[in-house]
Amino acid sequence: MTQVTAAPARTRAQIAERTLRKDPWWRVPAVTATLLTIWVAYATVRVFMGHWYYVPQYHYLTPFYSPCINGECVPGSASLGTWLPALPPIIPYALVSLPFILGFRLSCYYYRRAYYRSFWQAPTACAVREPHATYSGETRFPLIMQNLHRYFFWITVAVSVLNTYDLIQAFHGKTGGVGLGLGTLIMLVNVVLLWGYTLGCHSCRHITGGRLKNFSKHPVRYWAWTRVSWLNARHMQFAWTTLGTLMLTDLYIALLAAGVFSDPRIFN
Amino acid sequence: MGEKVTLRVWRGDAGQGELVDFQVEANEGEVILDVLHRLQATQAGDLAVRWNCKAGKCGSCSMEINGQPRLACMTRMSVFEPGQPVTLTPLRTFPVIRDLVTDVSFNYVKARQIPSFTPDPAVGLGEFRMQQVDVQRSQEFRKCIECFLCQNVCHVIRDHADNERAFAGPRFLMRVAELEMHPADEADRRDIAQDDFGLGLCNITKCCTEVCPENIKITDNALIPMKERVAGRKYDPLVWLGSKIGRRPRPAGTAAVPGTRGDSGSAGEQQG
Repeated sequence: MTQVTAAPARTRAQIAERTLRKDPWWRVPAVTATLLTIWVAYATVRVFMGHWYYVPQYHYLTPFYSPCINGECVPGSASLGTWLPALPPIIPYALVSLPFILGFRLSCYYYRRAYYRSFWQAPTACAVREPHATYSGETRFPLIMQNLHRYFFWITVAVSVLNTYDLIQAFHGKTGGVGLGLGTLIMLVNVVLLWGYTLGCHSCRHITGGRLKNFSKHPVRYWAWTRVSWLNARHMQFAWTTLGTLMLTDLYIALLAAGVFSDPRIFN
Repeated sequence: MGEKVTLRVWRGDAGQGELVDFQVEANEGEVILDVLHRLQATQAGDLAVRWNCKAGKCGSCSMEINGQPRLACMTRMSVFEPGQPVTLTPLRTFPVIRDLVTDVSFNYVKARQIPSFTPDPAVGLGEFRMQQVDVQRSQEFRKCIECFLCQNVCHVIRDHADNERAFAGPRFLMRVAELEMHPADEADRRDIAQDDFGLGLCNITKCCTEVCPENIKITDNALIPMKERVAGRKYDPLVWLGSKIGRRPRPAGTAAVPGTRGDSGSAGEQQG
C-alpha cells in the first residue's frame, strides 16, 4: 500500500527582519519628507503673512496671492477685483484658488506616492515591512476622495490661466509700456513649468485620450494623448521643479516688495 | 579561477527555516543562478531552486536577493560589494514549499477570476481589423513574463495577508486594464476592478513598476489609467447625476467569472 505524504503547511517563510535590503532605502523617503515639510512650512507662513506679495512698479504678483480677492489687497494686485471685505490675512487673500491647488497636489498621483511612502510609511520603501497592522488603501473616506482628482485638475487649469494673465501683466515697464526684468523671467519659467505639471497630470491624460478604446478613430485626441503622455512620463520632475519655482518666484517677489534689492531690468 | 563569495541562503520548508552561509566560487560574468547551481553541484545537492530559461523570459527564478525581489538569472555577481555576503530568500508573499521555491498558485486563482476577452459576437472570426495605435498600449502589458515579482513586492498583500482575497495584485489589475483598453473587447470590468479585484487598495506607490524585469510601466500605464476609468464609472458626481436624470444610462458591468471567487465554495476558493 502506497503511503501518502502529507502536503507541507502553506506558510510563508518566517523571516523576522523588517527587510534584508542593504541599500540606503530610507534615504529617498527621508529627503522627500524633509523637502515637503520645508515647502509646506514656507508656503504656510507666506500665505498668512498678508504683505510683500505685490511689486506695483512692474506688476509682479506672487502666485500665492493670485487672485487677490480680499479688500485688503494692495491697489493693482486684485486682477479679478475684491470679492471680500477687508479681512485679516488669517483668511488667505487667494482663498478662491489655494484650497483647490492644494487639493490638486494632494490628490496628484505622484504626490500620493510621495507622501504615502515618506509620511504614512505605507510602505516606506519597496520590500520593507510597513508598520501598520491593517490597511484599507483608498477604499474608505477620506482617501476615497482621491477619486475627485479630475475636478481639482479642471480648477487648476483655470488657475494656470490666471497665472498666465499675471505673467502677461509682469511684462510691464518701469515707465509704462512693455518691460522685461529678471522677475519677469522667473515668473515666465514658473508659469511654463506649472503648465507642464498641470497638463502632464494623469487625469488630463485620461481625459484627452486615455479613456478611449480606439485611438485610430480619434486622431486629434490620440495626438493630444501622446503629447500629454510625454509630459506625464516626467510628472515627478515637474512636481518637484514647480515646488521649487513657486518658492523661488514668491521669495523673489517678497524680497523685491520688501525693498531688499531692486529688480535687474533687461529693458524698461 | 574565480573568487569565493558568501551566499547566505534561506533553507527550510513549511515556513520554518534559517539562513545558512555557504562559501561558493563565482567567476567573472556569472549571475546569481550560476552560483546557486554551483552550490547545488558541490555542497548542497538538495537545495531547491526553481529555474528554467536562464534568460529572463520564463519568470521562474524569482527570489529576494539582498531583500530586493529580482530574477536570479538576471542579477550579475558584479553588482554586489566584494567581500559582503549575498542574502537569498524565497518570495515573502507566497507560501514556501522548500528553500527558495514558493507556491505561486495564488496568482493562477486570481487569473481565473477575470472575465476573458469578450469580442462582439456579431463580428465573425477573422473579420475584425485594428490598427497598431489601437493595440500598442495593451502590447506593453503582454511583455509580462509572469515572474510575479510585482505581486510579491506589493505591500497590500505582502504586509497584509488578510487582503489576499480582496486584492488581485498589480499583475492581474494590469490584465484587467489590458482587456479594458482592447479595441475589440465589449465587456465592462470597471466595477469588478474596484469591487472584486481591489483596485481601491492600490495606493500607487509604484513598487510593482520598480521591480518589473520587463520594465513595464505597470502603475502609470495600467493601474492609474484603470483608476481613472473606475473613477469615471463609480465616483464622478457628474456621471452619477447624468445616470440619475437619464442623460447617461448606466448599464450593468460585467461580473467576475462565476464560481472562481469562492463565493459558492467552489474549487476557486482562495488559498494561502
